[in-house]
Amino acid sequence: MAKSHSVWTSIRFWRQSAAWVTGFAVVLLILLTFDTMRQIKMGSKRVPAPTVINHHIDYKYSKKRGHEVPVIGKKELFFGKEWSPKEAAALLHKGKLTEQAKNCMDCHTLLGNGAYYAPDLTKAWLDPKWKDMQAMIGAKTREEAMAKFLQHPEMYPTHERRMPNLKITAEEAQALVAFLKHMSSIDTNGFPRGFSKTVSDFKAGGTYAH
Amino acid sequence: MLTSIKNNHLKYESQKLGMMYFRVAIILFGAQLLMGLIAAIQFMYPAFLYGVFDFSVARMVHINALVVWMLYAMIGSVYLMLPDETGIETVGIGLGKLAFWVLTAAVTVVVLVFIFIQIGPGKESSIWLINEGREYLEAPRWADIGIVVVVLIFYYNVFFTYMKGQRTGIMTVMVANLMALAGLYLAGMFFTDNISMDQYWWWWVIHLWVEATWEVFVGTLAAYALIKIIDAKREIVEMWLWIEVLMLFGSGILGLGHHYFWIGTPEYWWEIGALFSALEPVPLVAMFVHVLYDWGKEQGANGEKPVIKNGPAMAWLVTNAFGNFLGAGIWGFFHTLPQVNIYTHGTQFTAAHGHLAFFGAYATILIGMMYYGIQRAYGIERLKATFKSKMAITLIVFGMLGMTVALTIAGYEQVLVERAELGAGWDAYFVAQALPWMKQAMAWRTVMGVVMVVGFVYLIWDLVTIGPKEAKENNQ
Ligand code: HEM
Ligand code: HEM
Ligand SMILES: [Fe+2]
Repeated sequence: MAKSHSVWTSIRFWRQSAAWVTGFAVVLLILLTFDTMRQIKMGSKRVPAPTVINHHIDYKYSKKRGHEVPVIGKKELFFGKEWSPKEAAALLHKGKLTEQAKNCMDCHTLLGNGAYYAPDLTKAWLDPKWKDMQAMIGAKTREEAMAKFLQHPEMYPTHERRMPNLKITAEEAQALVAFLKHMSSIDTNGFPRGFSKTVSDFKAGGTYAH
Repeated sequence: MLTSIKNNHLKYESQKLGMMYFRVAIILFGAQLLMGLIAAIQFMYPAFLYGVFDFSVARMVHINALVVWMLYAMIGSVYLMLPDETGIETVGIGLGKLAFWVLTAAVTVVVLVFIFIQIGPGKESSIWLINEGREYLEAPRWADIGIVVVVLIFYYNVFFTYMKGQRTGIMTVMVANLMALAGLYLAGMFFTDNISMDQYWWWWVIHLWVEATWEVFVGTLAAYALIKIIDAKREIVEMWLWIEVLMLFGSGILGLGHHYFWIGTPEYWWEIGALFSALEPVPLVAMFVHVLYDWGKEQGANGEKPVIKNGPAMAWLVTNAFGNFLGAGIWGFFHTLPQVNIYTHGTQFTAAHGHLAFFGAYATILIGMMYYGIQRAYGIERLKATFKSKMAITLIVFGMLGMTVALTIAGYEQVLVERAELGAGWDAYFVAQALPWMKQAMAWRTVMGVVMVVGFVYLIWDLVTIGPKEAKENNQ
C-alpha cells in the first residue's frame, strides 16, 4: 500500500490507531480496577466483613436504588454463638476453600456464575425453602438445617435431581454455611431480582385468588 | 493425521511439532463431546451415574477438555505458521518438543485426577493437588505452574524466532497478542476468601481471553490462512488485521464490564459494560465481511478459474467467520445489556451463547487449521473435500445449531418462569426445570449432541484418511 496516499489505506495509520485505542482501554481498565478493588475489599460496604455472620441479614427493595439491597440487621447467634473477628475470618476461609475443593460451581451458580444444574446460591441463605427444610430435617435453626443438608443431601431429596454426597464433614458444613451467609450480604446491585417473590402462590396452585 | 506421517513433506521441525499438537487436540475434542453427552443425559435422567460420576465431574472435564484442546490447537497452529512467516526454522525446537511431552503428561495426570479423585477436603492441599473448583480453571495449582513453564518455553520460541527471522505484520500481532494471552493466565492463579474479588479476577482470564486475545488470535490465523488458501494479498489482509485489532481490543477490553453487573462490583460497570460490550459485535461483522470480500475478490480475479487450495479448510474458515458473528456477536448481544442480563444471568441462555460462541469462533477455525496442516504434511497441491469432510462439517454444524436453538428456548422459559415470574430461589428454579418445555428442550439438546458426535466420527475418520487418499490422487 506504499503507493496509496489515502490515510484510510495506510497500514501505519491503522497500526498506530490500534496501539492508541488498546492503550486507552487498558489504562481505563486499570484505573477502574483500582477503584473497584477498594470498593469490594473484605469489610467494605459492598462486601461486609466476615463478622456479618453474627447479624440478621435481609434483602429488601430500595426505592432509591430501584432494586433489592442487603439489609444487615440486629445481632443474632450463628450456630449458637457469637464469632470473634478472628474466628469468623477463619470460618469463612475454610468455607471458601471447601466451596472450591468440592467444586460447587460445576453444578450451582455463585453470584450467577457457574453451572446451571442446580439453584443459584447467591442468596441461598435467605431462601424461604429453608423453612420447609428445617421441618423436614428436624433442625432447630436455619444454619443447622443447612449444615445437616450439606452433609447428607442424598437423604433430603426435594426433587428428582438430587445433590450428591460430597463427603462434607460437620466442620466443613459449618464453614460452608458461613460462606453462604456472608455471600448473601454482598451488595449485588439487585441480583437476583424479586427474590423468591411468588413461589408460595405458585405452589398453592398458581392462583392469586385467595 | 493420527497415523504417523512418515513420508513427511514438512520441511520444518516446527511444523511437525505443530501436527503433534493437533493430534492431541482432536482426541481431547472427542473426550469433550463424550463428557458433554454424559452431562446432557444427566439433565434428563438425574440418576444416571449419580454418586459415581456426578454431573459436576462430567461438566468439569467437558469444559476443561474444551479449553485445553483449543490451546493445543492454537499452539499447533502457531508452530505451523511460524516458519512460513519468518522464513526460518523455529529456534529452540528441541525444548519445544520436550515442553510438548511435559504438557501432555501433565494434562493426562490432571484428567485422571479429575475422573478418579474428583474432589478433596476443604483444605489448601486440595487446591494445590486435586481441584481448584473455579469454572474452566479447575486445574490444580501444581498444573497451573507447569502450564506457565510450558507456555514460557513456547513463547520464548515464538519470540526469538520472530526476532531472528523476517518480521511480518501478521507475526507482529501474533507476538504481542500471545504475550497478553499468556500473561492473563496469571490473573487466575491466586486464592482469596472474597468471592467478589475471586470472580472479578476470574473474569479477567475468561473474558479477556475469549473476547479479546483469542479473538485477535483468530484474526491473525484467518489472515495467514486467507493468504495460504486463496492467495489473498498480504497488504490488504494485514491492513484489515490492524483494523480488527483496533476494534476488538477497543470494545472487548472494557466490554469486560458486562460481567461486573452483579458480583458485588460498583454500579458504574453497568454503563461501561453495556456501552463497550454492545460494540463487540462490530469487529465480528467486519471479520465476516473481510473473509467473504477477499474470497469473492480472489475468486473473480482476472477471470481465472477459482482456486481454493484447501476445500475443507476454506469451508471451516467461512463457517468460522459466520459462526463467530452469530455465536459471539448476535447471541452475545442478546444478553449483554444489564436490563436484560439481570434476568438471563446464569441461565440456559448463557449456555446457549457459550456453546455457539466457543464453537463458532474457535472450534471451526482450529479444525480448518488441522486440515491445512494435513495438506502441508502430505505435500498436496490442492486438497479437495471428500464425502466424509462434507458429512463432518454438515453434521457438526447442524448439531451445534440445533443444540443452540434448544438451549435458547430452555433459556427463554427459565428466564420468564424462574426469574421474572417466580423471582429465582430454590423452588422457582425447580418449578421451571420441571416444566415440559424445559424437558423437551433438554431432550433435543441431547439428540443434537448425538448428531454432533456422529459428525465428529466422520471428522476424525476424514482427518486420518484424507491425506493419504488425496496425495495418491494428486500423484496420478
Ligand atoms: C455432544 C455435544 C455437547 C453436549 C451434549 C454438551 C453438553 C453440555 C452440558 C450439559 C453442559 C453443562 C451446562 C450446564 O451447566 O447447565 C455444557 C457446558 C458447556 N459446553 Fe457443552 N456440550 C456439547 C458440545 C460442546 C461444544 C462443541 C462446545 C464448544 C465448542 C461446548 C462448550 C461448552 C461450554 C463453554 C460450556 C459451559 C457453558 C456455560 O457455563 O455457560 N460444548 N455442555
Ligand atoms: C468468541 C467469543 C465469545 C465466547 C467464546 C463467549 C463465551 C461465553 C461463555 C462460555 C460464557 C459463560 C461463562 C460462564 O460459564 O459463566 C459467556 C458469558 C457471557 N457472554 Fe460471551 N462469549 C463470547 C463473546 C461475547 C460477546 C461478543 C458478547 C457481547 C456482545 C458476549 C456477552 C456475554 C455475556 C453478557 C455473558 C454473561 C452471561 C451471564 O450473565 O450469564 N460474549 N460468554
Ligand atoms: Fe464477556
